[in-house]
This record gives sequence, structure tokens and C-alpha cells, in this order.
Amino acid sequence: MGVIYDKLNSDVRFKEGLSACINCGTCTAICAASEFYNYEPREITNTVQTKDDEKIIELLKSETIWYCGECMSCKTRCPRGNAPGLIIMALRALSQDMGYFVESEKGRQQLAVKRTVGHWILDFGYCLYLEGVGTDMHPEQGPIWDWKQKNWKEVFARLGANYKGDGPGILRKIPEEALDEIRAIFKVTGGMARYEKIEECSKKKAAEMNLTLDDGIDNEYFKHIYSYNNQKHNVR
Amino acid sequence: MKIEGKKAIWKEYQKEIADDKYFYVRSCVRQNFFPGSETTFIRILREELGKDIYEHPCHTTCTGIGYHGDIVPLDTMMTVVARQFALMTEAGYENLAPSCITSFGIYTEVMDTWHHFPEVEAKVREYLKKATGREFKIPTNLAHASDIIYKFRKEIAAKAKFKLINKETGKPLKVVDHIGCHYAKMFPTKGIGGAEYPSVLSGMVEEWGGEVIDYPERRHCCGFGFRQYLVQANRGYSVACSKAKFESMESYKPDMIITNCPGCPMFLDKWQYALAEMENRTYGENGHGIPVFTYEEVAGMVLGYNPWDLGLQTHQVSCEPLLDKIGIPYNPDEKYDGVNGIKLGMPEKPINLKCC
Repeated sequence: MGVIYDKLNSDVRFKEGLSACINCGTCTAICAASEFYNYEPREITNTVQTKDDEKIIELLKSETIWYCGECMSCKTRCPRGNAPGLIIMALRALSQDMGYFVESEKGRQQLAVKRTVGHWILDFGYCLYLEGVGTDMHPEQGPIWDWKQKNWKEVFARLGANYKGDGPGILRKIPEEALDEIRAIFKVTGGMARYEKIEECSKKKAAEMNLTLDDGIDNEYFKHIYSYNNQKHNVR
Repeated sequence: MKIEGKKAIWKEYQKEIADDKYFYVRSCVRQNFFPGSETTFIRILREELGKDIYEHPCHTTCTGIGYHGDIVPLDTMMTVVARQFALMTEAGYENLAPSCITSFGIYTEVMDTWHHFPEVEAKVREYLKKATGREFKIPTNLAHASDIIYKFRKEIAAKAKFKLINKETGKPLKVVDHIGCHYAKMFPTKGIGGAEYPSVLSGMVEEWGGEVIDYPERRHCCGFGFRQYLVQANRGYSVACSKAKFESMESYKPDMIITNCPGCPMFLDKWQYALAEMENRTYGENGHGIPVFTYEEVAGMVLGYNPWDLGLQTHQVSCEPLLDKIGIPYNPDEKYDGVNGIKLGMPEKPINLKCC
């Protein structure tokens, strides 16, 4: 007992986020995710501080750890200075490193985040690179986004951007040597290994679920994890 | 009360904001959704305030959305941040000025982590050296771009052509401020006014003539929640959060919303459209939404900049009712123009949300 707990405790965010929780429930009272999902940060904190590996593994495979929005409202209000949001971040990291994330519907979505935001970071140097990302994936962006997408270059020029240009400025082309440095950082620090682990586990899961998973986002598994909701996650 | 005592009590709610020589790091979200705001920020600093603000072409994302989307490990994020510090150091700057609240939270978290765990800082220095050969100094001062506008709010007021006042009634406009979760919830001492009395935006609003509304869900998240918006299946969380805020602020009849984060104005704008189309529910006057602005846009409006230079045409909720209330002139025929008056066509009108 305690091997998994020790792994969690090797994450500085876990050390910073948990100091003898008194189970007062203030974090749950302030939590935006608790208003919407069947979720209580108090229970998460309670579970991890038992140091019971079986219970922690159950958590790593669960839907529960993926409900938090990392707004960190809990950090402000906890009378002990704890941060369940940081504990969640340590749990999510471990769930991916141990391959447990594919055991839950919400955990499987990590591939969707990796194949969008994750790729934009390495390919362009931005977390978001939204030319071509239209209202098919984001219907809530509405007709003004359609207009902006249709006139992307002209609108960005009108607003003073340096879109795909050399030198400084908005949405400039980040030089290849800078992107090479970012990729080298990902390689040295475990970022690339995280990406590879997400891919490897997702491919196994896709085969298990009998869904195709090629590169990119136009395949059955990506579409499934991106849009499927079993409707059992919510408070009401 | 003795003034010294009052000063001592409020000291922990103040923050040091550098006076000049800023190393600007851009926001991924603001660049994609509100490019006019970053253009306006630099224009105000250089042209109105005469400040030195420098941007290195090789700086990148801080990885913040990937980090809080949990695909980017802590060590990776910290080393990318260290690279930004290295670019700043090499360029001869010490004052870091991020355009993004997620980035501001990330930089604050990294510096706080290194303070408590010096061995982590040492490890990151090794990682950076190995990956890029670079070295760095930690910034002397970290101020979000809005902190800088707050610092110079009186100078901006002195140059203002318009006030946040209803020109017909002469009364201050009623303004909802939304400072964004990662500005002060994680590290309250790093935000002006802390988490309890955040005044970064309310200070601007009051200085420029408006009145701030205090409503029950003022501190509630806009609903980004990172993975909760990025993945379509989770977006109910996102719209539910924004809706909780609209329902809470509605009875106070706000004239406008001012925001700090780059993402929050997008959500508070676009979810009003989505709620109108899904539920035929609107929160502004006469079927309109409540206009939502970035702080740079509001500063630009009071300084008398052309609304279409600010990028107000890219908002889904129409800005015109607010411009009319203040009396800011605009040419509706030029709203959807490109450079040199090139006509780019008109966006379609939503079915339920009334737009100009």
C-alpha cells in the first residue's frame, strides 16, 4: 500500500495542493464543476489522503477526475490552503502516464486535446491556430465566425496582425529554429513521451472498441471521443 | 482611522507594476479572437504613454491551454516558460508583460514553485540548457497587460475623448467586470486587490466614468474549463457557467461587460448567441445581448479610436447600442471592410439574437 500514492506525492503540485484536508466541503461549495457534474472535490481529497492504492487506481480509471475545469476557485477558499484543482492535475498526469485514462469516456478525450491543441503547439508554436477551424466543430461561434473564417487574411490585416509574416506581430510565423527548440524541450522534458503514451493507449482502445483511428481528426475514434456523451455525468 | 494603519491593511492587496521597459508576450487566444486588442494595447503604450514595449519574434505559446488541458507535463511547461525568460534576458529586459491571464497564472505558478522548490528550478535550468543551450534570469517584475493599463488609467482618463457615461441621462454606465479565474484565485497577492477585492478592471471603469455592478456570481468562472470547452461533448459545462452569470447579472441591467482574460470575452459573447438560438433567451435590451469587451477595447473606445480599428465588428453581440449610449461616432458602412475599404461581404444574421 502506498506505491501509487508515492508516485502522486512525487508531483510538486500534489505536495502543494494537499495538507491534511479537514473535509469541510468548502471546495465543493465553491466548485463550478460541482454545480454541473456529479462531482465533489472534497471526495477526491478524501480518497487520496487515505493513501489506499486500490482506491487511487479506481480514481485514475474513473470519469470523476476529468470533471474539474481547473478554474482554481477551490484554492482561494480552502481554509487549509489546499488546492483540489492541483491534486486533480497530478491525478490526470498519473492517469495518462499509467495508461488508465482510456478506461473512462472523459479520459479518452485526451486524444482529442492532444490532436488539436497538442499539434498546434508543436506545428505552429501557438496553443490555438484557428484558421480553418469552423462552426462545424464550434457551432456556438456563430455567423460572425463564419464571416471571419471566410475573410481570415483580410480581417487579420485590417486589425494590424502580421499573419504568417516574418518578424514580430500577431499570429506571425514563428521561425522554424524556434519551433525546433520547443520540440527539443518536449523531447527532453517528457512532453513528447506524454504525447506518445496518449497515442499508444488510444490506438489500443480504438481497436478494442472496433473504431478506426488513423492520423488526424477525420476518423471514427476521434469523432466518437470528441462528441459522445453518455448523459450520465450531470447533477440533474 | 489612522492613514498608516489603513495603508498597512491594504498593502497586501497592492502590487508592484513596472513603470516602463516591458517584454511583451502575446496570447494565443487573444491573437486568434481579439487581434485588434493587442494592436490597441501596443498603440496605447507607445503612442499615448511613450513606453518601451518589446516583442521577440521567436517567443511562443507558454503551452498554457495544453498544460491545463493536461496533455503538457509540468516540466515541459516550466521549461518552455524558462525559454521565454531566456529570450527576455537576452533582449536586456526584466519586466515581463503577458497578454493572457492563463499565461499570467502560469508564470506566477512557475515562479512560486521555484521559490518553494529550488531543486525544481535547478532541474529546469538543466533541461533548458540541454534542449536549447539558453540561460535566463527570472523576471524582476511580472504584470499582466491589464495591470499596466490600470497603472496608467489616470493618464488615459486625462487623454480621453469619451467617458463611460450615458450621454442622454448623464448617468454612469453600469458595467459588469469579469477578471478571469487565473488572475488572482490561485495567487491572490499577485493581483491588484487580491481575490477578494479585485480592482484591476473596476479601477479602470470608475476612473473612466462608469459604475461597477456587484452581483452574486461576479466571481464565477466564465466556463472555459479548458477540456470542458475544447471537447464538444463537454461544452454543456461551459455554457452552463456563462448562463449562471447572465442570469445573476440580468436584473442589474448592465450596459456592458468588461473582461480581463482573452478567453472570457469570447465565451461571454458567443454563449449569449448560443443561448439566444437554443432557448430564445437574450439578456440585453430589446432582444440584443449585453455587449462584451476586452479592457483594451474599452480603453480604445474612451480614447476615441475608430471602433472598427479595435475589432468590435468581430463580436457576435453588437457593440452599436453601447457606442450610441456613449455617443461614440462610427460608420456602419465601413463595419465589415478590409484594408483600404475593400468590401468583405456581410455576416449572416442570427435567427433570435438581435444584431445591428
